[in-house]
Amino acid sequence: MNNPTMTLSQMTLSQIDRSLKGSGIFFVSWACIWLLVGTLFALITSIKLQYPPFLSGYEWFTFGRVRAAHLNVVAYGWVNNALFAVGLWVMARLCKSPVRHKGMLYVAGSFWNLGLLLGVGGIFMGHNSAVEWLEMPTYVSPLLAVAYVLIGAWGVLAFWHRESDHVYVSQWYLLAAFFWFPWLYTIVQMLIFFTPMQGVMQSITHWWFAHNVLGLWMTPICVAIVYYILPKVLGKPIHSYYLSVVGFWSLALFYNWAGMHHLIGGPIPVWMISAGIVGSIMMFVPVIVTAINHHITAMGSLRDIWNSPSLRFIVFGAMNYTLSSAFGSLMALRSFNKITHFTHFTVGHAHHGAYGFVTMVLFGGIYFMLPRLLNREWPSAGLIRMHFWCCSSGIILMVVALSIGGWFQGLKMNNPNIPFLDIVRFTLPYLHARTLAGLLLLCGHVAFVVNVVWMLRGSYVRSETGPTLLSPVPNSGGL
Amino acid sequence: MPLLFLGIFFCLAFSWTGLILYPHMHMGNLKPVALEVDGMLYPLRPSGLAAQGEQVYIQMNCTTCHSQQVRPKGFGADFERGWGDRQSVPRDYIYNKQNMIGTNRTGPDLANIGDRVNAEWHHKHLYNPRSTSKGSIMPSFKFLYKLQKQGKAPSHEALKGFAPGDEPPEGYEVVPSHRAKILVEYLLSLKQNYELPEGKLSK
Ligand code: HEC
Repeated sequence: MNNPTMTLSQMTLSQIDRSLKGSGIFFVSWACIWLLVGTLFALITSIKLQYPPFLSGYEWFTFGRVRAAHLNVVAYGWVNNALFAVGLWVMARLCKSPVRHKGMLYVAGSFWNLGLLLGVGGIFMGHNSAVEWLEMPTYVSPLLAVAYVLIGAWGVLAFWHRESDHVYVSQWYLLAAFFWFPWLYTIVQMLIFFTPMQGVMQSITHWWFAHNVLGLWMTPICVAIVYYILPKVLGKPIHSYYLSVVGFWSLALFYNWAGMHHLIGGPIPVWMISAGIVGSIMMFVPVIVTAINHHITAMGSLRDIWNSPSLRFIVFGAMNYTLSSAFGSLMALRSFNKITHFTHFTVGHAHHGAYGFVTMVLFGGIYFMLPRLLNREWPSAGLIRMHFWCCSSGIILMVVALSIGGWFQGLKMNNPNIPFLDIVRFTLPYLHARTLAGLLLLCGHVAFVVNVVWMLRGSYVRSETGPTLLSPVPNSGGL
Repeated sequence: MPLLFLGIFFCLAFSWTGLILYPHMHMGNLKPVALEVDGMLYPLRPSGLAAQGEQVYIQMNCTTCHSQQVRPKGFGADFERGWGDRQSVPRDYIYNKQNMIGTNRTGPDLANIGDRVNAEWHHKHLYNPRSTSKGSIMPSFKFLYKLQKQGKAPSHEALKGFAPGDEPPEGYEVVPSHRAKILVEYLLSLKQNYELPEGKLSK
């Protein structure tokens, strides 16, 4: 504190870090638990699809429910807890004002994770809905809605009381996401479950929502995290302020409409599908702009990126943001969609976005945040390396396998001379590859969680003073 | 800053108005129509049992592998595969409790499955999909069936034609539970084989 070389802003930053230490640990711990549970459910799902007798005797564990549990656990357990932790922390740091209403975060976090526990239990008991991304029973939605509103309000309030003189691009994304999502969630719960709309209107609302989970919630927060950490670690400004403005507003305007591409060819008015396609193609604007900004900032510092645990993950994530979004826009074209719709291609694409981009950025964010919250360095560089290699190779394998398999599955499905069961048989090797990919991811996650646990318990504290790096720099040792 | 906030608000409100509010006003309250062929209102209101069976379909989350929508002719091969004779339209779904048009076809489309197979086949298939469809990766729903001691005469509901290894022990028989029966009732009700003003059958 009385270190004379510490500037005023560093003092506030370390105060903020200290204030958010408790809630940060709380969210990260839950995120880690859900990550392991969700990966396990994923493996069970994947094995069931290639070998259906696996655990098929129990109604609790029927394919449809394990798959739903997997999706909800990883999306709302792992990703959201991690987003709450890192997103709110970045927001607080950028606002440079003392942290207020810490209690709100604990209340929200407790509601959230309690809601999830009940919700996932409810799915296994058959209280699920058939609405993808919203399978948790309606009796937990009030809990989750309250949690969302509290988290959103906390983010907006932090912004309100900011003491920084200018607003950084990350703050726009965060503010927008924290504002959008509680609203979105409440609307969709009302319109699909509590006062349901008629017939296909439900599906329209459903995909408007489900696409926006990624587009207006996960993506903006993760883009904000990249915008925050990348220049910070590299010690240079972001490439272009102007481009980031364009990127933000085009995302806000177009992503909203893109969800209809999940219904191409479906029983809804053609103009809605066209609107979805236009929205999806226009997404090239924010994606390219953000890509230029991220990648040009990263260029020229590849060595530093490779050596920094957080940047290695974050830049991998940013690259996949560009790639998966480009594919996403293409998949919305009618000629492309005719083939990929209804196939494993879409499943691969979902993992590309939600894992290759979102999850990898969140790993990077946690690698950056925890040492600052705990004032301690990561215990093991070896585990970080293992984490990176398992997860990066795992996700690449999964996306490639499902994309190739799904593409040919789609081509064959559009050829009426090929019997359906032949197509089923054809996809099997690709489904095996996915299980293998899932095993790799599991290894990576175990390495990550072990490192987090060691970090929290303060075991194996490294004697060196410098941060944990991933290259044999002379002053870095460690395990 | 108020501008930033307004902009953020406006973007979501804009798409909500365009994609949900307006279409809801436009087609959120469709009614069945009387058809000339028999003067009945179509789509037919599903029977009570079928409506209950929809709940079982939801509980088993069959939607993760099965869609219920026929795409337009020429867009994919839905017609040629025998999944339907006309494109699905919004009016087909007005009686759904949950709209399950779906986004995945790990299994075939079921919009018209009521027209394709009978109850006996469904039970056999649900009990063990491999008994009817070699190499299927659909999970078995054996837990919806009961093993019971055979009475004097075999029950008329008892399943016949088991896959090897599935046969009940001597003196026992496999019968569907209530839930299996209403699920099949629901599957049998799935058909879009009537002509609507906005959806003509291809003949
Ligand atoms: C893991 C994916 C999966 C799930 C879950 C699943 N199915 Fe299937 N289903 C398939 C596959 C693959 C086929 C094609 C092979 C076959 O006939 O078994 C199929 C075929 C069918 C067929 C025959 C269609 C035809 O045109 O011949 C019916 C009917 C059916 N499923 C009903 C259901 C019901 C009802 C449920 C839920 C209780 C369900 N399925 C759950 C994968 C699945």
